[in-house]
Amino acid sequence: MGAPTVKIAVCIKRTPDSESRFKIAPSGTAIDEAGLKFDIDDFAGYAVEVALQLNEKSGGGETVVVAVGPDLVQESLRKAMSMGADRAVQLKTDAAPADGLAVAKALAAELKDGGFDLVLFGKHAFDTSAGVVGTATAELLGLPCVTAVSKLDIANGRGSARRDLEGAAEMVEFPLPAVVTIDEGIARPRYPSLKGIMAAKKKPLETKPAQLGVVRVAVQKAELPPERPAGRIIGEGTAAVPELVRLLQTEAKVL
Amino acid sequence: MANVLVFAETRGTALRKVALEAVTAARALADASGGGEVHALVAGAPGAAAAAEQLGKYGADVVYTVEHPALGTFERESIAATVAERAKQGGYRAIVLGFSTQGRDLGPRLAAKLDAPIASDVTEISISGDTVVVKHPGYANKVVLTLALSGSPVVLSVRPGAFTAKEAPRSARVERIEPAADPAAARVVVKEVVEGAKGRPDLGEAPVIVAGGRGLKVAENFKLVEALADAFGNAAVGATRAVTDEGWRPHSDQIGQTGRQVSPQLYVAVGISGAIQHLAGMRTSRTIVAINKDKDAPIFKVADYGIVGDVLEVVPALTAAVAEARKHH
Ligand SMILES: Cc1cc2nc3c(=O)[nH]c(=O)nc-3n(C[C@H](O)[C@H](O)[C@H](O)COP(=O)(O)OP(=O)(O)OC[C@H]3O[C@@H](n4cnc5c(N)ncnc54)[C@H](O)[C@@H]3O)c2cc1C
Repeated sequence: MGAPTVKIAVCIKRTPDSESRFKIAPSGTAIDEAGLKFDIDDFAGYAVEVALQLNEKSGGGETVVVAVGPDLVQESLRKAMSMGADRAVQLKTDAAPADGLAVAKALAAELKDGGFDLVLFGKHAFDTSAGVVGTATAELLGLPCVTAVSKLDIANGRGSARRDLEGAAEMVEFPLPAVVTIDEGIARPRYPSLKGIMAAKKKPLETKPAQLGVVRVAVQKAELPPERPAGRIIGEGTAAVPELVRLLQTEAKVL
Repeated sequence: MANVLVFAETRGTALRKVALEAVTAARALADASGGGEVHALVAGAPGAAAAAEQLGKYGADVVYTVEHPALGTFERESIAATVAERAKQGGYRAIVLGFSTQGRDLGPRLAAKLDAPIASDVTEISISGDTVVVKHPGYANKVVLTLALSGSPVVLSVRPGAFTAKEAPRSARVERIEPAADPAAARVVVKEVVEGAKGRPDLGEAPVIVAGGRGLKVAENFKLVEALADAFGNAAVGATRAVTDEGWRPHSDQIGQTGRQVSPQLYVAVGISGAIQHLAGMRTSRTIVAINKDKDAPIFKVADYGIVGDVLEVVPALTAAVAEARKHH
């Protein structure tokens, strides 16, 4: 019995390397991007890998990657195609909007009639750290949604997943089509092969305007958080324990 | 004058700490906008309505209760429909909830259902004319963003621990309401709940966290971390990704950029190097203690109190000393 093929959309974001030291741009409302390395956001990268693996398992199917943003996102879309995604769609905006619901509206408009069995997102993106877009898109599409999934399988028009809660986890089942947001630990994204990189150059990348609607969330200010006071080593080995306990009692007052 | 609706999160039938923090945040917002009312909605298995009194004590003027056996596992679709329905009827200025696992899931659903702008994980809220202004740490806590939200209502999820729950007693009017969508008809069906460690507070709520890293060498040594947590009495146990990758602890215990973000009163880092991705999840802790044998480990740059030493020796000694100190309390 050949498994039916599946059609998967993965919505990806381009974000700066999380190890970077950030500076604030002269505008005061954004980070200074000069010299930063950008890539597919970590969680979105896991989502791309999950999609590719599900398609490989089903012996066919299609993985379409979608990104909202300026032309720079094409680099991330190409990378996803070099990993194995079949085609890409850029929903073009001037800058990446801070309004998660507006981004969800643009994605929902694009995905609505796409005939996707599964729409995947990262559970949140490093930069905005908000986790709005995936779930809001599901809601706008009227699809079942499972968030922060660390295991995912699909078969016979249904999905099963593990979702981590605080101090517990749930095994859930749901009908397809559905939207799933991907947590860490599910799959390590593959590195594009040279062949993959060459192939990606010929794969279709379509660009259309993003239908954001009214953008109602704006960044007024970006600033670096206050530095913690420099650390202090109070001693060595077990001999330092009494001093630590004393400080926890008298200075930090947590004991 | 504007009213604010709070989704008051429960676990089982007990209110979570973040629920009261959300009420405090909502109270301040309602007061700042000319003395509006705070309405809270609590949904859960039968018995959850008992939370109403406590919500009143922290400043809710009205408490809506929804009880249904299927709501015990936080039936998202039904709860989202019910909160959205209440929000539409009540004409609120804002809907406030916690940025917990539940709130992360519920907030965007509400934003979409109400066509309301949303800000997640906020640490400060103010209102200026038609605009709600919030602070939200982005870039894994490395950049603080001030966001302006226009439109009404807005959906705001508050960072656990960022607002300190304060009593502001009222005798809340309690009103029982029906779920707006059948909780038993959910499309996503929970087949099994795998419970984590019992008898410890959640990482998001614990005043003390003892976290272990690869410096513990083998899984069995994690019992040293457990014992230290026991000695504090009110501590949760966390881990680095090195540890969850090894399978010594479940992923749900992971603290950091891709795990939980925590800010307890006291964070004890045991055999943890202090990688930037780990710091992203705990650097806002009030007091940080680090025990590491390498005096150049980056964790010492953020530790208020560092001890250079072998965790296998220092941790048992600290455990005994903490237990001793707490005995004389
Ligand atoms: C995209 C991305 C996301 C990530 N997300 C996270 C995250 O969310 N959370 C996270 O924690 N990490 C995360 N990491 C991994 C992170 O970079 C580090 O690899 C990880 O935090 C290291 O864990 P560790 O400190 O336990 O181990 P190590 O870095 O190996 O440190 C072990 C420490 O133990 C000390 N030690 C060894 N033996 C002893 C002893 N006997 N006594 C005392 N000290 C001893 C050593 O000196 C060392 O400092 C992420 C990485 C990437 C690339």
